[in-house]
Amino acid sequence: MHHHPDSPSAPGAVSRRGALECMTWAGAGLLWSLAGGLPSAVGLGRALAAETVAAPFTFLQISDSHVGFNKPANPDALGTLREAVAQIRALPEKPAFIIHTGDISHLSKDQEFDDADQILRETGLPLFFVPGEHDLLDDGQGRAYRDRYGKGTRGAGWYSFDRQGVHFIGLVNVVDLRAGGLGNLGSAQLDWLERDVAGLASSMPIVVFAHIPLWTVYPEWGWGTQDGARVLACLKRFGSVTVLNGHIHQIIQKVEGNVAFHTARSTAFPQPAPGTAPSPGPLKVPAGELRRVLGIASVQFVRGSEPLAIIDTPLAG
Amino acid sequence: MPSAQRLPRRKAGCGIAAITLQILALAPVPGIAAAERTRTDPVVIRIDNFTFAPQTLTVAPGTSVTWVNGDDIPHTVVAQNKLFRSKTLDTDERFTFTFQVPGEYAYFCSLHPHMTGTVVVKASTD
Repeated sequence: MHHHPDSPSAPGAVSRRGALECMTWAGAGLLWSLAGGLPSAVGLGRALAAETVAAPFTFLQISDSHVGFNKPANPDALGTLREAVAQIRALPEKPAFIIHTGDISHLSKDQEFDDADQILRETGLPLFFVPGEHDLLDDGQGRAYRDRYGKGTRGAGWYSFDRQGVHFIGLVNVVDLRAGGLGNLGSAQLDWLERDVAGLASSMPIVVFAHIPLWTVYPEWGWGTQDGARVLACLKRFGSVTVLNGHIHQIIQKVEGNVAFHTARSTAFPQPAPGTAPSPGPLKVPAGELRRVLGIASVQFVRGSEPLAIIDTPLAG
Repeated sequence: MPSAQRLPRRKAGCGIAAITLQILALAPVPGIAAAERTRTDPVVIRIDNFTFAPQTLTVAPGTSVTWVNGDDIPHTVVAQNKLFRSKTLDTDERFTFTFQVPGEYAYFCSLHPHMTGTVVVKASTD
């Protein structure tokens, strides 16, 4: 867990490994809970459940499986995805569904997608996807992804849906990337987004998910979305906006206005904290530590009191 | 939210020095000393740590330039003017393009667009 020095020091943005920090952001009544390297997710889940009264609605985020990756940082990315799925199956409270925030595969090969699908299916939960740049490497530049996951989506694979009174928006910011730039959504998608949220009540909680962080985490490594500000402008009037991303293989979060940003761990390999290595390439950690830096995130809404909790759970504590 | 920043492009230190370095790195052609090298000998651009090196390369028309990916992450080599586009290069994979026409060819990695480079093609003024 790393707090980038350039990020505004928003309340709750900083967290330290091994500590559980809760904060309440008064404006939207947002409760952020983070377990970085906690010994057990179950313990934390029970702790949170004890504080809440209404029945929670939980969904899960999984990211950056990179099925097919076999380099020294993790020679068995398929195996660690299996471990993540086993962890999901063992959750005491069954999530409503899973959001995968991209880089399902490493090289967009059919075998990689097949393997990922087979393992993810074992969760027995509905899955929602957005592509990462590694999912669009086929000769058709994304046709393989869209054939598998694009049903009912628009453009390069964006879409929205409602569950339990929450509006979910899946965005694609990994196509038509321009030299020297960052992630890119494009005007067609942004125009669609404006129309998509136009009729919604401002009180409706919004969850936006996309692969590359929608806010600028570290432009030197391309960790941001050049037209991400337009998404936030679109969602300014909403009281509760949660933005879930992947791509950077580590947890970074901040709260800005009504918007809570969060990036999830990978299930395949970690990447260095911004600026701490010559490049954002896969970070090699001692074998015994790998599972502490891989993991999944569950997001919990509780109706009525409207707190939102994101719990990041490593594959091993 | 801070707006996206455009990365300042680093200036190449010295084109000639960069080319010399590439000759030394050109193991597949043994026995050719720098002085004997003809202007159109093939040249290698290394991709390491999400960086093209040399970032700016000057070659004579007719030179074949080969990009070699040394990273554990795939990259691509895509000309901004769409003249060339590599397939996805996994670790140790390479892509070669022969530059015939003088000009400046800006390129980037379509997966990691902050990775940019330029090949300058010009006839020697000797």
